[in-house]
Amino acid sequence: MVYDSLAYNSSGEMLFGKAIHPLSCGSDLVLGDGLVFPEVNFTLPIMQVNEDNRAKILKQYEDMVGTVLNRLAILQVPGAVIEFEHAPQMTEYLDIGGDITALTKQLMDDCYQKHGLKTALRATICDIREKERPPKMRTGELVQRMFESFRLGAVKGADLLSIESTGGKEVNDRALMEANLPGLLLSLGILAPRDMHFLWNEINKIAADENVIAAGDSACAFANTAMILADQGYIPNVLAAVVRAMSAVRSLVAFEEGAVGPSKDCAYEGPVIKAITGYPISMEGKSAACAHFSHMGNIAMAVTDLWSNESVQNVKLLSGFAPEVFAEVLTYDCRLMNEAVAEGDEDIIRKLLIKSDEYKSVHALIVSPDSSYQIAQAIVAEKSDFERTRQAGLTACSIIEAAVQENKLTLRDREITYLNRIEDELTKYSSEETVLEAALPDYKDLFLSSEYGL
Amino acid sequence: MEKYVELQESIISGKKDKVGELTQRFLDDGRPAKEILDEGLIPGMAVVGRKFQEGEYFIPEMLLSARALNVGLDLLKPLLEASDVKPVAKVLVGTVKGDIHDIGKNLVSIMLRGGGFEVIDAGVDVSPDTFVQMAKESSVDIVGLSALLTTTMPSMQETVEAFKSDGSRDKIKIMIGGAPVTTEYAEKIGADGYAQNASLAIEMARNLAGV
Repeated sequence: MVYDSLAYNSSGEMLFGKAIHPLSCGSDLVLGDGLVFPEVNFTLPIMQVNEDNRAKILKQYEDMVGTVLNRLAILQVPGAVIEFEHAPQMTEYLDIGGDITALTKQLMDDCYQKHGLKTALRATICDIREKERPPKMRTGELVQRMFESFRLGAVKGADLLSIESTGGKEVNDRALMEANLPGLLLSLGILAPRDMHFLWNEINKIAADENVIAAGDSACAFANTAMILADQGYIPNVLAAVVRAMSAVRSLVAFEEGAVGPSKDCAYEGPVIKAITGYPISMEGKSAACAHFSHMGNIAMAVTDLWSNESVQNVKLLSGFAPEVFAEVLTYDCRLMNEAVAEGDEDIIRKLLIKSDEYKSVHALIVSPDSSYQIAQAIVAEKSDFERTRQAGLTACSIIEAAVQENKLTLRDREITYLNRIEDELTKYSSEETVLEAALPDYKDLFLSSEYGL
Repeated sequence: MEKYVELQESIISGKKDKVGELTQRFLDDGRPAKEILDEGLIPGMAVVGRKFQEGEYFIPEMLLSARALNVGLDLLKPLLEASDVKPVAKVLVGTVKGDIHDIGKNLVSIMLRGGGFEVIDAGVDVSPDTFVQMAKESSVDIVGLSALLTTTMPSMQETVEAFKSDGSRDKIKIMIGGAPVTTEYAEKIGADGYAQNASLAIEMARNLAGV
């Protein structure tokens, strides 16, 4: 299907904990039906993932999942999602990923029986295709292994299937560092959507076969990479913000192929996805500072259905191990939001979450519900993935320009110069043909066109 | 030095055609390659580095300047090699075995090239043996190891150990970097240094190369 309208009549209708299409998953958990739940994620301390370490790895996961569930139960959390995000070897060596999934699900089931804690398990498979350069996106052993890992995850107990896919990243990485708009349009407007159609068609088939949920993707490899590079002064912040908007199109493709949410936590394009699809989303902000810095710690909460910590190593802190610590942090964040709804104060909290961040940085501005809604409108007004990507970028430029002109957002001169250049080039490269003509001489060696059906 | 101002400015503004034209003109005028390098190209690139450090330039501008520098260097290289003039140092960079993240490694490569280092990129998911082999084949001075995952950091240690086993550890310096990596980890595995980001990596490389 191709979305041609929005699920909401205005950005103001979008609220945390409430989705147009609530989603039942896992052990009696319903997402987007009035409550925001924590999504807890964690990773191993410094250790290799291999057969020799299998027992140690499983013990680590037993401890991490066990302590997290225990903390959630003690705090009487009404429900939660546990994310098992694969390291590359957990996808590549199928049994290790499968064993961790089964162990995690068993612990979750036990907790449900013992404490009544409603949970769902998200398995996020690693996109191991990029191990080869240029990557084989549709053929070859790694592709097959990745799909086998999806299926095994579903068989072993995952309720939600996700991935942070990387189609087009091989071009995007360089285009970002060169601030090359034809390159970015090639990556985000042509290659990435093509890969998403292929990939999510397959994931949806697996999910249907195994009776689990195809949840959603993330533009992390594109937009979060850009945000972090900008934060460190390597590329302009406005470029990263525009890339964020453009990358929403490729993430939407997962839903057009059949995904139903919740979208991935690191997908800050989530509000755009929610505005278009009405499906629940997961977001991360201030309570994910353990994994990476951002500029949208509060504003990211405004319309989310799951609230995540992204990832944290299993290291000891003063109170306990980091995963259980962050389970508690997320719990209190969610409690506040849920209590606001219970008291009828949700609009106040929503307003404060937005206003406290919105004009502090261009990154926050572009993920605000209003901006996300405008970007979503621009996307559904077009039919082709390429034109959607271009229009999403141009809309982001307009949003930023308006904020600057109204003296709400302050940008340095060199950022303004870049903003004007980005807008000019997005206007200039108005067709796939013009983009290919401009970008292929520089980028054709980085990707295999046949692997994108080109 | 004054006669090289236009060449320096062409490097700073990333005008590769102009850099090529001016470099060739200086060579045709009989100026020594080493003088053109030391008084034209390198001072120009030093300004670029300073502008980046001061937040005036982004990586895209630095890349343009680095490409302009390369045009000049390509013209000078045969003459410099003939007179045994070497780059600042030769660095082998790569993402360690099991890890496929490479944007940090790529950034370090850009910064090092901009700083006059010769960089050999080993790619991603590079085994310890491959690092050792490539380091020997190219006679590098420094090896830079990158990892983004806690689960691949042990590959850094294995790589350091591989250089020890090979007997070549004393001949090279090893620097490491990546989001989960720390100075303490560098010390623990016997690396020579850790850089928190790409900008600091070039300082670390300069220190390790003794320049």
